[in-house]
Amino acid sequence: MTPRRRRLLLVIGILAGVGIAGVLALQAFRTNVMFFFDPTQVANGEAPAGERFRLGGMVEDGSVVRAPGSLEVRFVVTDFQRSVPVHYTGVLPDLFREGQGVVAHGRLGSDGVFTADEVLAKHDENYMPPEVSRSLKTPQPGTTAPPQG
Amino acid sequence: MLPELGHFALILALLLAALQAFFGLAGPALGRDRWLAAVVPATAGQAVMVAAAFGCLIASFVRFDFSVVYVAQNSNSALPLVYRIAAVWGAHEGSLLLWIVLLACWTIAVAFGISRLPPRFAARVLGVLGLVSFGFLLFTLATSNPFLRLDPAAADGRDLNPLLQDPALAMHPPLLYTGYVGFAVAFAFAVAAMLEGRLDQTWARWTRPWTLAAWAFLTVGIALGSWWAYYELGWGGYWFWDPVENASFMPWLVGTALVHSLAVTDKRGLFKSWTLLLAIIAFSLSLLGTFLVRSGVLVSVHSFAADPARGVFILAFLVIMIGGALSLYAWRAPLLRSAAGFEFASRESFLLFNNILLVIAAATVFGGTLAPLISDTLGLGTLSVGPQYFNPTFLLPMLPLIALAAIGVHSNWKRGRIRERSRPVIVTGLISLAVSLAVVFGYYAGRPGLAPVSIALGIWLVLSSLVDPIDRLRRRLSLPRAVLGMTLAHVAVGVFVVSVTAVESYTVERDVALARGETVQVGGFDFRFDGVDALHGPNYDGVHGVVQVARNGRSIATLQPEKRRYFVQQSVMTEAAIRSQAGRDLFVALGEDLGAGRWSLRIQVRPLINYIWLAALLMALGGLLAASDRRYRTARATAAEPIGAGQGSIA
Repeated sequence: MTPRRRRLLLVIGILAGVGIAGVLALQAFRTNVMFFFDPTQVANGEAPAGERFRLGGMVEDGSVVRAPGSLEVRFVVTDFQRSVPVHYTGVLPDLFREGQGVVAHGRLGSDGVFTADEVLAKHDENYMPPEVSRSLKTPQPGTTAPPQG
Repeated sequence: MLPELGHFALILALLLAALQAFFGLAGPALGRDRWLAAVVPATAGQAVMVAAAFGCLIASFVRFDFSVVYVAQNSNSALPLVYRIAAVWGAHEGSLLLWIVLLACWTIAVAFGISRLPPRFAARVLGVLGLVSFGFLLFTLATSNPFLRLDPAAADGRDLNPLLQDPALAMHPPLLYTGYVGFAVAFAFAVAAMLEGRLDQTWARWTRPWTLAAWAFLTVGIALGSWWAYYELGWGGYWFWDPVENASFMPWLVGTALVHSLAVTDKRGLFKSWTLLLAIIAFSLSLLGTFLVRSGVLVSVHSFAADPARGVFILAFLVIMIGGALSLYAWRAPLLRSAAGFEFASRESFLLFNNILLVIAAATVFGGTLAPLISDTLGLGTLSVGPQYFNPTFLLPMLPLIALAAIGVHSNWKRGRIRERSRPVIVTGLISLAVSLAVVFGYYAGRPGLAPVSIALGIWLVLSSLVDPIDRLRRRLSLPRAVLGMTLAHVAVGVFVVSVTAVESYTVERDVALARGETVQVGGFDFRFDGVDALHGPNYDGVHGVVQVARNGRSIATLQPEKRRYFVQQSVMTEAAIRSQAGRDLFVALGEDLGAGRWSLRIQVRPLINYIWLAALLMALGGLLAASDRRYRTARATAAEPIGAGQGSIA
């Protein structure tokens, strides 16, 4: 009986451990996953207020404004339908440029300004985040069409 | 001419791989032992053809043959020779060919290594490897031929992605792939054992050195990629939980479990079905990794061009290989019965928990990596899973794993007599706790969190692993390479845990805007910005900043972070400047000109970060040391005798 019971205990212990790990992982998953929204969705109020999410689109031409000598920068992310102003303090990635795709992580303020704590522009010039290229449904004339990934 | 020769060689290789698979698998199955004699020649022929194709591609790169599409896209007349060669595996087609070349290398090594094993078994192993090779050759020829011509030829090439123009990255894919592909060998042994119905512990002994070697290469490959990301991506991170990093990390976790589970199967004849399953899963994850990277379904720094046809092909291949292996497993499972038992605190138990925890860790990484893909496919929204998910969920199984390892190294096979060995366990545990508390509260002064716990665990594992080998040396007992390798790897894991904890808890980082002559203090160091100068390279120009680092008024380093603009692709690259000291790295990356004479700079002081890669290197060294243990060689010769006698040698 004893070895059998011991094995039973072992199996129960393992299952309990796996179960707890699963629950905790799901919990971590639920609270830490970030959703992606484009400016149109943000304008429609689909983005959760006060929660971190990812905003993606193109950096609008002529929108990048920087206080000279400061790390603070403001720019506008657009999907050519609607746009969202973004505020960021820090070092921008090498490929950050007007007219290029960008993904910003951060929160939307009540004033409608998105405060980013991280700005990503991908490493390849030809690369466009799929979410961004998908959200740019109708490229305007005069802008470059989303390059083939 | 050369590209056509290469293409032709690939086609021949495909045919030879088909022969290798056919004779290797059908010969033993139909009982035609004469067919077995054809397996090794087919294998050798395939390897020669693959090498020839690879040689042709390299030659096309070296000779600037811009009439080949792949060369024109990934090279340039200004590209230095080293990077022209590295450019061969700089993109999809060539890296696939590299995969095949390395598989051929492993296959040849296996053909030599198992020539003394029973011929039918050896033939089956080579047959399975032939099947894998056939699949990848077919894939390359059908969807990703690197030898396609460009008509008319390009005047010049579009250059190798500047990010890839780096010595570490030239080495990263070959090492990583050697590890990936190496799990094909463990897979082939497992499938051959199941086909043969030879499910005793011998197959585990034969598999062990190969699996250890593959695991060691994978370890170095991942570490090299991480090191490269640290200094080349420019912003000081070393692990991003990027889907492609995860794709290489999942096979590593399962491979680590496999290495341990093989030990139990080899020594005690237990966990047989579990070990088989792990061998299948490890290789499946390698294939899945290839699928994730090559099909472009996941967004990542690493993904090459997305091409649905490629994705579908790899997916089909994946389903056939894994589905076939799992069906075989289901068919053979009734044969897998272990007679022996073991007590609760025996080594078997500890290794069982090791396996469970590693597989849980792999599962959480798997879930986080595939969740965005699943959510997107089901239309549940586009989401991303980042370090906020991976860090805690990965730590959860890992911390108990380290603790169990520190205790488990003192356990005995079969008997749960861990209590007799409790003294070294407790003594080393107390010492490490004291050291950890002293370091955390004395040296780093504050921000404890989990840091004291995980630093204590790391030190505990180091000390605890050393007890037994030191004891053996003192008693002038022999120290076999397997034990030495295991000790080295466990010590390295301890070092790894300590260094990662230090980096994660005690890194000081600041983004600053500095004018010429201004000083900023970060982590007790003074960084003075002395402006920027022009920079001229062979295929780029740009600027480099000059940053003087001082501590307590004494100058210790001049750092020159660079901002390069590569001519051909007009892309801007940040080259961080790093000064490594014994206890920390001083890291400066140059941002951009902010106007008003100021530049943005990212400054970091990262404690112990170099020990992360050192630890990975030591782990790999331990794995190779263990793989070279004499036990596997002598065991092989004796094991082959009774069965192999009388049947024609196939080598």
